Amino acid sequence: MRYIDEYRDPKIAQALAERIHAKVTRPWVLMEICGGQTHTLMRYGIDELIPAQVELVHGPGCPVCVTPIEIVDKAVEIASRPDVIFVSYGDMLRVPGTKSDLFRVKANGGDVRIAYSPMEAVKIAASNPTRQVVFFGIGFETTAPANAMAVWKARELGLTNFSELVSHVLVPPAIRLLLNSRENRVQGFIAPGHVCTIMGYWEYKALVEEFHVPIVVGGFEPVDLLEAIFMLVSQLEAGTAKVENQYGRSVDYEGNAPAQLIMENVFEVTDRKWRGIGNIPASGLRLRPEFAAFDAEKIFGVEAVEANEPPECISAQVLQGLKKPVDCPVFGSLCTPEHPLGAPMVSTEGACAAYHQYRRHLTSMGCIA
Amino acid sequence: MSALTLSCPMPVAAKDHVSLGHGSGGKLSAELMRDVFLPAFRNQTLEGLEDQATLRIGNARIAFTTDSFVVKPLFFRGGDIGSLAVHGTVNDLAMGGATPLFLSVAFIIEEGFPMEKLRRIAASLGQAAASCGVQVVTGDTKVVDKGSGDGVFINSTGLGVVPEGVCLSAGQARHGDAVILSGVIGDHGIAILAEREGLEFDSPVESDSAPLHTLVADMLATTHAIRCLRDPTRGGVSSSLNEIAAQSRVGILLDEETIPVREEVRGACEMLGLDPLYVANEGKLLAIVDPSVADELVAVMRRHPLGREARVIGTVSASDAGWVTMRTTLGTTRIVDMLSGDQLPRIC
Amino acid sequence: MCLAVPGKLVETQVIGDNRLGVVQFGGIRRSVFLDFVPDAKVGDYVLVHVGFAISRLDEEEAHRTYELLEHIGMLETEDAALAGELSTAEAVCSIRAGDAIH
Repeated sequence: MRYIDEYRDPKIAQALAERIHAKVTRPWVLMEICGGQTHTLMRYGIDELIPAQVELVHGPGCPVCVTPIEIVDKAVEIASRPDVIFVSYGDMLRVPGTKSDLFRVKANGGDVRIAYSPMEAVKIAASNPTRQVVFFGIGFETTAPANAMAVWKARELGLTNFSELVSHVLVPPAIRLLLNSRENRVQGFIAPGHVCTIMGYWEYKALVEEFHVPIVVGGFEPVDLLEAIFMLVSQLEAGTAKVENQYGRSVDYEGNAPAQLIMENVFEVTDRKWRGIGNIPASGLRLRPEFAAFDAEKIFGVEAVEANEPPECISAQVLQGLKKPVDCPVFGSLCTPEHPLGAPMVSTEGACAAYHQYRRHLTSMGCIA
Repeated sequence: MSALTLSCPMPVAAKDHVSLGHGSGGKLSAELMRDVFLPAFRNQTLEGLEDQATLRIGNARIAFTTDSFVVKPLFFRGGDIGSLAVHGTVNDLAMGGATPLFLSVAFIIEEGFPMEKLRRIAASLGQAAASCGVQVVTGDTKVVDKGSGDGVFINSTGLGVVPEGVCLSAGQARHGDAVILSGVIGDHGIAILAEREGLEFDSPVESDSAPLHTLVADMLATTHAIRCLRDPTRGGVSSSLNEIAAQSRVGILLDEETIPVREEVRGACEMLGLDPLYVANEGKLLAIVDPSVADELVAVMRRHPLGREARVIGTVSASDAGWVTMRTTLGTTRIVDMLSGDQLPRIC
Repeated sequence: MCLAVPGKLVETQVIGDNRLGVVQFGGIRRSVFLDFVPDAKVGDYVLVHVGFAISRLDEEEAHRTYELLEHIGMLETEDAALAGELSTAEAVCSIRAGDAIH
């Protein structure tokens, strides 16, 4: 497949790995932000190719993992109502709320459907005028334009039975939080290539200047990530701190103007609580007041209950890159993909799940769930 | 484009209720077997956990198996629930080395189901049985209230005869054995998905639903140095190999480069974030064989219409017991974990 | 949260207010909303995420990058003198990076 196979070429991957080996003279700690990048790193065993001195820690770029537990609870409540058709991306179905999850709601007779696109939910609403259709609008900036467009088009169609439960999160505030943390060990970041496809990479300039930390916008295939690692390591060894763009075939400085416009028209920035991390100011998106008729939180008036994570779950530290999944005492034993304690074990993009699925054999042989 | 209606990904700590994940052929199915069924009716044959039971009755070795068919949609490219009901059960028998002889078929039909569709299913079932050389000798029909079923469910039970000297079991794999796959993977699962979700293909993917007993017969005529045969249905190649690794207490190392996937299947999997190793097949088999016969067997298989793409995809080792690992195209190693429930398409 | 797949735009159509396209990836054809890529035309490659094209792939940029990468890959295969090739590769990478640094 074009634009995929070339970026999985083993020869090029190997060559980049060797370049990295030749370049590195001391240990470096790098973080890839996006869960999709974590997935690729795990699935292709990239850590085996790069020098042991280059440590990759996995960032909070898993919007499924960071969706606040209170929102999951609200989703569960709304989805349990008999007049509701609740439509969600597949990733969210297994995420544990306080007592239940969307999948269990479905098992108990709730009309919960998986969609590949928010426009499918709009179609469902158009074809089911007597039912309330609620779409679970989560994600980073990559997905926000599509979720915004769905609301916009629903309004154009004059639908009165369509709404979104919105819980978008933004990447740069999260990086800022990590960089501000006293415990931060990360010396260079791979910025998420698809978020930057939408937003451009102009936002990272301020971060790089303020914190003197190099940031490279990276793609999602093994060659992309290896090249991004090479670029970061090159900067670190040279002592520079600039924003660079590895993913030039999709990303430019300004980003996607029409996508940003629809986000601007439909959403506004808000404070957002990140599961496992806590509240990050101005790090989320919510529907603008003029779209109240499409705001599921307002329509359904769901009560937010203060929710607690299981005490054993260290996802807070994993999401901030302070600990690895394998450092968790219950990783692979009490906490497995079948019986997860926290969100990073549920989503295939979550660091814990990715480790469990692809790299568990490194840590404890014979530990089979 | 309708909303994706894929089945269960995996439930959350659902020990108190059965969920769809328990039927998906992965870890949860294994848990259900271990925690609910085995304790209730333990016996040595059952504990072998094979796809079929081989029983000695008098002088004959009888293979006995049962399978239920709940596929949705009922009709798809390359088959329907009727033909699947025959092929699936014939294949379970064939994986035991048996010559399939007789089937029973039990229908559970939802009230209101169109008679014309039932006729089509019955005809398809009959034709499939005839082409396999098996007879449907007994059966049953039940009709349930509207809303209690899903159109039609079919259970089929099969009987066959296992030749002397043929002893196949998932517990027999040993260090050095070769892992052979009979052909491209993922066709059936993607064909079903395509039908449900209205995926459009340049050249449409068809289910590979087919009876494998004549391919198996050719293989057994060549050599008896075959340890085990498995058809990778629900849960895909990954589930079958993980089961073998667990039962034989061996490690299995696959070579990603060698695993054949049709381009359209690969495209669908990329698009939806699925891994072909976990997608169902209904006309493929995995064989664990003595390494000295591997090349000969592959050549024999390739002469059969259902084995044209046969090849060695891995080896069995004594180390990493219980794990299935894979050498990636980049030369690194990752594990091929058993699925929990079904795969979900992801957007992340 | 970024599963976006590259595919070729093979058809465009306007239905009401919607500009839609058919994108082909590896033998599959999928209907996609083109609202975010108003300049995309038939023959272009686009990245698709949740049913929307989110960017038009810059073929020139991809080609340039790929050639450099292939060059590195080939150097490895030919087992060229490491020192000489290293500085070439480094220079190549930093020229490319230099274009994009702001």
